[in-house]
Amino acid sequence: MGDPAVQNDAAVEAKVVDEGIDRGVEALTPERIESVINQVFEKETGARLQAYVETCVHCGLCSEACHFYLSNDKDPKFSPVGKVKQTIWEMVKRKGRVDADFIRNAVEVAHTQCNLCKRCAMYCPFGIDIAYLMLVVRRICHKLGVTPLYIQDTVNSHSVTMNQMWVKEDEWIDTLQWQEEEGRDEIPDLRIPVEKEGADIMYSVIAPEPKFQAGLIYQAAVLMNVAGMNWTMPATPGWDNSDMAMYTGDNEIMARVKRSHFETARRLRVNKIVMGECGHAFRSIYDMGNRQLGWKMPPIPVQHAIDFYDELLREGKIRIARKFEKSVTLHDPCNIVRGRGLHEKSRSVVRAMCDNFIEMHPNREHNYCCAAGGGVINCGPPYKQKRMAGNRVKAEQLAATKAEVLIAPCHNCHSGLEDIIHHYKLDMEVKFILDILYECMEKPE
Amino acid sequence: MHTIYQFVSGPLAWIAFILFAGGCIYRVAALLHTVYQKERFIFSYMSWRHSLNSIFHWIIPFASVNSRKHPVMTVVTFVFHISLILVPIFLLSHIVLWDEAWNITWPALPDGLADVMTVLVILSCVFFLARRIVLPEVKYVTSASDYVILAIVAAPFITGFYAYHQWPGYSFVMILHILAGEIMLIAIPFSRLRHMLFSVFTRAYMGSEFGGVRHARDW
Repeated sequence: MGDPAVQNDAAVEAKVVDEGIDRGVEALTPERIESVINQVFEKETGARLQAYVETCVHCGLCSEACHFYLSNDKDPKFSPVGKVKQTIWEMVKRKGRVDADFIRNAVEVAHTQCNLCKRCAMYCPFGIDIAYLMLVVRRICHKLGVTPLYIQDTVNSHSVTMNQMWVKEDEWIDTLQWQEEEGRDEIPDLRIPVEKEGADIMYSVIAPEPKFQAGLIYQAAVLMNVAGMNWTMPATPGWDNSDMAMYTGDNEIMARVKRSHFETARRLRVNKIVMGECGHAFRSIYDMGNRQLGWKMPPIPVQHAIDFYDELLREGKIRIARKFEKSVTLHDPCNIVRGRGLHEKSRSVVRAMCDNFIEMHPNREHNYCCAAGGGVINCGPPYKQKRMAGNRVKAEQLAATKAEVLIAPCHNCHSGLEDIIHHYKLDMEVKFILDILYECMEKPE
Repeated sequence: MHTIYQFVSGPLAWIAFILFAGGCIYRVAALLHTVYQKERFIFSYMSWRHSLNSIFHWIIPFASVNSRKHPVMTVVTFVFHISLILVPIFLLSHIVLWDEAWNITWPALPDGLADVMTVLVILSCVFFLARRIVLPEVKYVTSASDYVILAIVAAPFITGFYAYHQWPGYSFVMILHILAGEIMLIAIPFSRLRHMLFSVFTRAYMGSEFGGVRHARDW
């Protein structure tokens, strides 16, 4: 017979201080828990949840898909189905009559021990979408007012400012103008065209770029100018493509954020949205936010940076002046590889720039997750140690390549892998594709 | 004994087949109805090509990465499921019953082969049981119902094997065999054995999402 779903010793041991959860849990009553869970089950889920719960034969074959499971010495609590057992199964079985301690554990499991990377969906013989089940748990916790504090703060920022990082409107415009000015030192006629109606491309970024990685906007501007693109960036809210509400189960705010993004693109009458190297934002625009708004596919064509770079290189709009010398390896981010099949394109871009490219194994759709995405890194410092311990396999996978540079074409992966490299003392530098492309491309003298 | 035999092979068999067929139809219809009512968008993502692509990669042994990672489990699972389905349908003594009752018949498996396949099913059940007890990741998610389901599946084959070899008391075991078969048929739509019905749909949906939207393999 299996162990009970909630092991008290483990729950105590895993307890971290998180005000978002602690205060939320204090305010819970059994009646509220029951009514919210059943409300979500009845009104917001349907055949999928039912089929996933009833079809699972408890075979455990999904276990080895999960980096948390592999890294925690194959502790079954961290296997995908183990996480389902600790959350959804019990909620279904007890018809929502679970207590506050159960919710406390469930929120931690769903928010900080699962990156929603969907690798397990490729390992389940039945194709059960465990990431979806974890999102249902997050949705329930959101409605119960129990969400980790740090990520909730980013959602609050989305709600108030339509961007993730409390970037004010004037700061945003100021940052663009500042980067344009910087860029003019290198390319005297460089422009970052703001609010250019009828441009071909709206370039959108995530809020951390203007907040503390403005250099990426600079590099993108150089790329756009050298390639001769007809592009623009909006001056109004809606410029940010990121979406943490998607990961807290706050679907209403997800919809507001995406609507604002799509409407901004529509207002500027652009032909397509090109977005920077971010994975979750792509998932939000291409897969989840659009569906929440009732669009089967995005209402405006959306192109991820990798696809865009590949196109520029293939069409000769960008040329490589000199190859990157250091040895590189490439991380396949879940949201654009399992989420959009861009793995061959990213390889063609990397091969165009780098002579010494070393594959990590497993790779492509089967790559190990960064353990940062899915909102996990956004749950903040309280969970960092668990995140590090939870991705030892990634460190081993990276170390085995012996590459000097790790290319991570996704913001969350980038930050998460930097943490991993630091924690496991690997001698590796993390770069975006654009970092290298900017360095190696032909630029006007 | 004779009247009990008459009962389990007559009215009870009728009930079992009706519950099995009706239950299966009801389950699938209810599933599709719920999709229609609550998640109609799913239909718009379904694609025959991607569904079949995904299904084929999972019903061919070693065509998926995970099946290559667990070669023993893969071999056992395939042998188990193939035998589980073929033996009851193509066993000569079963076909004789259909012939006697309905005057319909079809080619049978050689008795020796059916006997071997029966043993394979029983051994597979032992393997699955051992997995549940020994492997921590399986044990953790195992509930009492998993053992019951395993017993329900193993019972018709154990009793069938016994009765076929006409060991002492086989006429009583034959009644148990019929009962066990009936229980298993009924259990298919009403227990987690319904993965027989649902797995095609979950696999097809995941295949369609991966193939059509995500442009990635799901195997």
